[in-house]
Amino acid sequence: MAIRERMSGNEAVATAMRQINPDVCGAFPITPSTEIPEYFSQFMANGLVDTQFVPVESEHSAMSVCIGASAAGARAVTATSSAGLAYMWELLYVAASSRLPITMAVSNRALTGPISIGNDHSDSMGARDSGWLQIYAENNQEVYDNFIQGILITEATRLPVMICQDGFITSHGVANIELLEDEKVRDFVGEYEPEEYLLNAENPLAVGPYGTAPYYMEVKRAQAQAMKEAGTAILDVARRFEELSGRSYGFIEEYRMEDAEMAVVAIGSSAGTGKAAVDQLREEGVKAGLVKVRVFRPFPAKELAEALGKVKAAAIMDKAESFSGCGGPMFAETRSALYDLEQRPALVNYIYGLGGRDVTVDHFFHVFRDLEEICSGGEVGEVYRYIGVRDGGAEK
Amino acid sequence: MKKMKAADINETISWQDITLGAEIYEPATSRYVQTGEWRVMTPVFKEDKCKQCLLCVPFCPDSSIPVSEGRRTDFDFYHCKGCGICVTVCPFDAIDYVREEK
Repeated sequence: MAIRERMSGNEAVATAMRQINPDVCGAFPITPSTEIPEYFSQFMANGLVDTQFVPVESEHSAMSVCIGASAAGARAVTATSSAGLAYMWELLYVAASSRLPITMAVSNRALTGPISIGNDHSDSMGARDSGWLQIYAENNQEVYDNFIQGILITEATRLPVMICQDGFITSHGVANIELLEDEKVRDFVGEYEPEEYLLNAENPLAVGPYGTAPYYMEVKRAQAQAMKEAGTAILDVARRFEELSGRSYGFIEEYRMEDAEMAVVAIGSSAGTGKAAVDQLREEGVKAGLVKVRVFRPFPAKELAEALGKVKAAAIMDKAESFSGCGGPMFAETRSALYDLEQRPALVNYIYGLGGRDVTVDHFFHVFRDLEEICSGGEVGEVYRYIGVRDGGAEK
Repeated sequence: MKKMKAADINETISWQDITLGAEIYEPATSRYVQTGEWRVMTPVFKEDKCKQCLLCVPFCPDSSIPVSEGRRTDFDFYHCKGCGICVTVCPFDAIDYVREEK
């Protein structure tokens, strides 16, 4: 029987880490992910895990610890947010190109400028081209489930994985959760037994060699292939996890999309807010639906094209700017995914919730009202829009 | 995926065949890399002046001064980058430092 509990998203990740009992944890605090190593160090102190806990002087070092540990043959985990993730940047690429399995919890927070500790996705969205897998959670249950699955996904694909949740909103919000029993989690993740590793004196190995021009591009092409094929492992692990937990996961989640005429696409906790809006609109007879993107890397282009190919208009929600001057990262990639469809829906983009700006059901009503207008033949106009920003009038 | 040694990984290898993360399944492969071609200035060993104090050996950052039976021999020019540290530390002026002409 599953264990009924209540806890924050950070505590849920730390609990998953305790149940997994990884070999090494590189740890450096940064708001709002600090609680994860805090809770975990309590588990350490109480003798509940025998992980090598390495408190370092920076996130650059925390990721370096994970890279060294993973190359040595250990199961390595860490957690970070915002500027901490930015400070890991150089090493993110080293981990990914060296094809080292690492599971990292990210409690998403805005990147500074102006200084902010509020939630948005600018940290992990900025790292979207680093070669890491990215899986986002709507709530504490999902981040717990995703972290456990992440261990097996990263080891099967040999691509490192970020397990993302919304900082403060779910990282600190306490909610009900169903935990798995410790022994079930340990059986599920098993023992990590890499084929080749640095500490294997029988078969010496060189990791991370200099990639001169005659070799660099072949390594990158192989990495791209691993990303293209990663979906198989993600679905396989999800299927096995469903057998264990009864909870089902895919690349995206379609919510009331069967006969939807308009849809909103969102990542993370805002999907929950959007679902509340969809439910109310459905009671009024409006054919509204929502698509939640769970896996952002690899990008679920085929799944999004299938889900959105049926609607007349869709709004793509971006909790991060990309300063392209024509839309956020989710919008750019989703629009590209739909380009090959013979019948494409009208697409609009909303930048929302930056730096901890509140996101309410009313915002989603507003978005759906805009979509209704487009569906009834109204002009689409500017597709690159903001919502929840104070607007003083005509743009220059 | 083949478990390739450094000699198997060359400039004809395809992306399908290159090892995961460009791993090399043997240790100490840097010895196969010719770093000697970076050299602009070259140390010249003057054996007649050398007292075999061996101070230059641990100072060499590239392990390019071979020692055989307690005596240093001429430089390993496959790896020597010509940094000149040995020239500076030699107490007996037993190493000249000249521009390499090709």
